[in-house]
Amino acid sequence: MSVSRRETLQRLGPFIALLVLCTGLAFLSPDFLTVANLFDVMRQVSINAVIAFGMTLAILLGGIDLSVGSILAVSAVVIALMMKAGFAAELATLIGLLCGALMGAANGLVITKGKVAPFIATLGMMTLLRGVALVLSQGSPISGFPSAFFSTLGGGYLGGVVPLPVVWMLALFAVFWFLLERTVFGRHVYATGGNAEAAWLSGVNTDRVQILVYTVSGVMAAAAGVILTSRLNSAQPTAGAGYELDAITAVVLGGTSLAGGRGWIFGTLIGALLIGVLNNGLNLLGVSAFYQQVIKGSVILLAVLLDRVPKTE
Amino acid sequence: MRGVSKAFGPVRVLEHVDLSIAGGEIHALMGENGAGKSTLLKILSGSYSADAGEILIDGRPVRIGATTDAASLGIAIIHQELNLIAQLSVVDNLFLGRERARFGVLERSRMRTEAAGWLAQVGAAHIDPEQDAGTLSIGRQQLVEIATALSRNARVLIMDEPTASLTEHEIQALFTIMKDLKAQGVAILYVSHRLEEIFRICDRITVLRDGHLVGERSISETNFDEVVKMMVGRELHERFPRREVAPGPVRLKVEDLADEGHIGGISFEVRAGEVLGIAGLIGAGRTRILRTLFGLNRRSAGRVLLDDAPLRPARPGDAIAAGIGFVTEDRKRQGLVQGLSVRKNASLVHLEQYSRLGIVNSRAERAAVHELIEELQIRTRDSELEVKALSGGNQQKVVFAKWLARPPRVLLLDEPTRGVDVGGKAEIYHIINRLAAGGTAIVMVSSELPEVLAMSDRILVMREGREAGIFDAGRTSQEEIMAAATEGLRI
Repeated sequence: MSVSRRETLQRLGPFIALLVLCTGLAFLSPDFLTVANLFDVMRQVSINAVIAFGMTLAILLGGIDLSVGSILAVSAVVIALMMKAGFAAELATLIGLLCGALMGAANGLVITKGKVAPFIATLGMMTLLRGVALVLSQGSPISGFPSAFFSTLGGGYLGGVVPLPVVWMLALFAVFWFLLERTVFGRHVYATGGNAEAAWLSGVNTDRVQILVYTVSGVMAAAAGVILTSRLNSAQPTAGAGYELDAITAVVLGGTSLAGGRGWIFGTLIGALLIGVLNNGLNLLGVSAFYQQVIKGSVILLAVLLDRVPKTE
Repeated sequence: MRGVSKAFGPVRVLEHVDLSIAGGEIHALMGENGAGKSTLLKILSGSYSADAGEILIDGRPVRIGATTDAASLGIAIIHQELNLIAQLSVVDNLFLGRERARFGVLERSRMRTEAAGWLAQVGAAHIDPEQDAGTLSIGRQQLVEIATALSRNARVLIMDEPTASLTEHEIQALFTIMKDLKAQGVAILYVSHRLEEIFRICDRITVLRDGHLVGERSISETNFDEVVKMMVGRELHERFPRREVAPGPVRLKVEDLADEGHIGGISFEVRAGEVLGIAGLIGAGRTRILRTLFGLNRRSAGRVLLDDAPLRPARPGDAIAAGIGFVTEDRKRQGLVQGLSVRKNASLVHLEQYSRLGIVNSRAERAAVHELIEELQIRTRDSELEVKALSGGNQQKVVFAKWLARPPRVLLLDEPTRGVDVGGKAEIYHIINRLAAGGTAIVMVSSELPEVLAMSDRILVMREGREAGIFDAGRTSQEEIMAAATEGLRI
């Protein structure tokens, strides 16, 4: 009884930390607790959160996906090139997402059929795909898309107030929550991540689960690419570099175990928001960029240490 | 040990337990899972410290604050899961932490000679000290651990389920060495669930139940029934409940089965409601038969018919779809996802039964799991509890529950009662009998001969990957089965 209560408390730790941080900032800066600023933070967070949702699945399997930043860039460049070539923006976006799925599936195939550790497989893919993005774009940004549909995806508002990227983020959060909590696939992700051999012996097709998970992660990276390209009205072959680490940070801050089998998507959302609010608050308070890094790093270490301590008993 | 108590928070695990072992005595410590045996061992070996009570060696009170204290007092413990480092040689393992060296440079030849001496003392002169420990069989690794204990001047040797992974011959060898050690005045504390062995080798017996001392008996003055009653706290009517099922038509027919080079020429059939036991030494290919039937090992020859339809599973999923279940030997590694709840483990195999279009109907799932918990009498506070919090016997029942959501046509069992206490065993036998009564054909691999004899209708004996014979369980004996399993083998 005390164990499960403590566990619940622990799982809510990141959420409590977020509330404390927000309360503190509300007192310290008059600009923090305004509708405009809060939506601004959430919009900035959305790209990382979307990638982190896919990353959560990979980490639940005990794996990792380091290639998300490069997948984002390739998808963005493909979409931009297609629109420049005169294809409809809707079609280009769809193909871009499909490319993300294919690149993710390639990760999954190398990991399962090639029996390569996810870290190595996606590390290789990260470098390879970054090269592909540079080759396709010939190294320079592709800018200026006339489509109103495309610029709305990342720049539009719902009801004039809520930025569309925030809407995508929350909608995808709901989809992932449902996927993990309510579907056979979600259960199989937890089982495979918790004990792949036992899952396999119970009839779970663990290879298929893994391939699907990396495919989903690829699609999420591509979706983040769509939002980013739309907002900037430009596709950069170097876009997304380092995004994998931000996503991993959000997942781990949210309490998902890197060993696999344990974690939840709500934590990832909170983890991403925590990073976003911290960034925003430090900016509002006028903390220098150098100190911002020191503070963010300390917060991450502190959060992970707090998560560890009670588990030792 | 006198008046030893230990509590974790509000839970009292041991209360005023007394235990005394004389030099030159083999003393059994018995009790069901959760009775406090492991805690007692951990106090003796210094992993825990007692809240109250004292430990005396040769009449002098001692303090065991850390595992190093235990070692220097001459207490050595040999765990169920062996502690050798597989990649290191036997010599390196034997001298780990107290290497013989001059000026930091290892004296290899001196260590080798000493190691050979200690190995000879446990009748293991045939083990090459330079061999990697991981390449030795479990039985031989155990001998290395005993040699290590002796080399540390152990006067009290604690053995925790030492025979769980040994073949009958290795057990006999071990017992011979234990008798030798006894003659040299070593005190041995022997922990095991196997009653037969305790009556074969031990002099006295101490029984714990729920953290209390139930009693101490001399082996010559007690019997099976009394010990079981002391452990369980009530009369256990039958260790092996009887089954009254008339076998039906042939469910599983196996003809000339072979895998890639390890087993071959295996033919048998099992009827609905029948239990076919598979006996044999470890490594004789018993588990391989089950794995091949379940689609885990590639089949190189032979035919398998399930209810007259050919069966050729490429992976476990295919076998499960055809109606085969497999309770694997290693609960922790193969049977359960330890970090998931009882519910999520119990529903894992047949999850699609409670799902539509890939979406789980959690109400139906919960209802079905609760029914299984009731039916199998799984003792858990809550189906949302992580399965690793359950006792061994209850975990094993969760493994059974996985397969029973839809009664399988054929259920393969590999050491179904391993690490389960007497009371839990009887409950698992009841489950097996109920399944048989429902028409399931059961194939059971077990290393415990009394279990195979009592629970099977017929017994297939394996020897070196081949069938050594099929015996009628009612008309054979342990001796006949052992003879068939070892005939012509040099051990």
